[in-house]
Amino acid sequence: MKPRFKHLLGIEGLDRSDILTILDQARTFREVLDRPIPVVPALRGKTVVNLFFEASTRTATSFQLAASRLSAQCVNFSRTASSVSKGETLLDTARNIEAMRAEGIIIRHSMPGAPHFLARHVRAFVVNAGDGAHEHPTQALLDAFTLRDKLGDLKGRRILIVGDIAHSRVARSNVFCFTRLGAKVAVCGPPTLIPRYCEELGCEVFCRIDRVLYEVDVVNMLRVQQERIGVWCLPTLREYRELYGLTAERLKKLAPDVVVTHPGPVNWGVEMDFDVAEFPQALIMSQVTNGVAVRMAVLYLLAGGEQTP
Amino acid sequence: MTRRIAGEKEVAQLITRLAGTIRRANKDTKDVAFVGIKRRGVPLARRIAARLSGTVRIPVGAIDITLYRDDLKMVAETPIVRGSEIDFDINGRTLVLVDDVIFTGRTIRAALTELLDFGRPRCIQLAVLIDRGHRELPIQPDFTGRAIRTRREDLVDIYFKETDGRDGVFLTRK
Repeated sequence: MKPRFKHLLGIEGLDRSDILTILDQARTFREVLDRPIPVVPALRGKTVVNLFFEASTRTATSFQLAASRLSAQCVNFSRTASSVSKGETLLDTARNIEAMRAEGIIIRHSMPGAPHFLARHVRAFVVNAGDGAHEHPTQALLDAFTLRDKLGDLKGRRILIVGDIAHSRVARSNVFCFTRLGAKVAVCGPPTLIPRYCEELGCEVFCRIDRVLYEVDVVNMLRVQQERIGVWCLPTLREYRELYGLTAERLKKLAPDVVVTHPGPVNWGVEMDFDVAEFPQALIMSQVTNGVAVRMAVLYLLAGGEQTP
Repeated sequence: MTRRIAGEKEVAQLITRLAGTIRRANKDTKDVAFVGIKRRGVPLARRIAARLSGTVRIPVGAIDITLYRDDLKMVAETPIVRGSEIDFDINGRTLVLVDDVIFTGRTIRAALTELLDFGRPRCIQLAVLIDRGHRELPIQPDFTGRAIRTRREDLVDIYFKETDGRDGVFLTRK
């Protein structure tokens, strides 16, 4: 089985069957993670490079673990300790990495489209691990995996994404992913943080959380990205919590079978009260575990077979 | 040209014979478990186990060796992984590894490596319905339904009702 895509740049370019191919493979790798020795030799001798131009603990570590559980080598590259601080361009950095015979590049960059640019210029496969406010495809895939694991088919399920929709690459990728799997998606956030024409992605838009919160099957909370939000968007974090936070009070009113997800890292006391961590239907830790399996599936599908340069 | 080597009746006889030799080699079936190699080793393992199961039910697992193949780098398309299901502890057990046909021995090599990642069985025995020769590795079955002479380029197809709707062994000359 050859995926139709050579790179994983975003969910937007994938259709339902592409997404299901990845999720079905991830199911197998999830089982591998529960084995006494959770390592398989599938990608022995292959090398991937983690090229992270933005801070990350979860995603970088998750990709690194995914690679090592497939017996691939993973080299980490961080912006501060590299020649980027000497003014090397993105393209030169990537070409040098490729010249060292790496089969894959996993890139996180603050510029939207940086992974697409790389994909046009290198022979290695490229995985987008987050590009600015554009896409974060593996997060969407691991969210879909976790929800399907809990709820089964997502067709007709109502999923609410709450938070800073405008700056969130997770929101964008998740809207693409969930709608393609047949879910009914709604987004909710302060009007200053809802992008224009958001409905055109196929989701409903709400500005008051209490109008919609108690009617959905899934609440997908987003992090308030204080590093990206200007003061003109949000008066105070306390106001945000009052108006959009999943507070202990709102949590009590949720139906017992509603599930809560969050891509992490959580700002406790802002978008969610700490009570959510105790909520049995909060899947935040399963998301992290499943993330490794989903990334194994992505690396396996892209690196498997004959395509070494 | 395709020739039938065995039909439904012969397949049943081969399985009965296999079950008999496995029983004689393992007097006490208490610690025995079967592991079939996907896909067609699995129905075969289930049928043999069903014939041996008396008062105790013999556990049957399934493994998919795709991730352990030694030719992953050479196949043009990434093979779909179907996943392994071994829901019993293999430590200390006598495992009978089952596949429909043995050829180069490379599948068995991969299966052995994978099984040892699940634990440390007391021993592993190998049962196959058909041995078609042309080994490339020093691996031989402990229990063979039938050995047939083939040319290297021949195709041996084995069908089971569970996977293909009928039972039979066919040899295709190229």
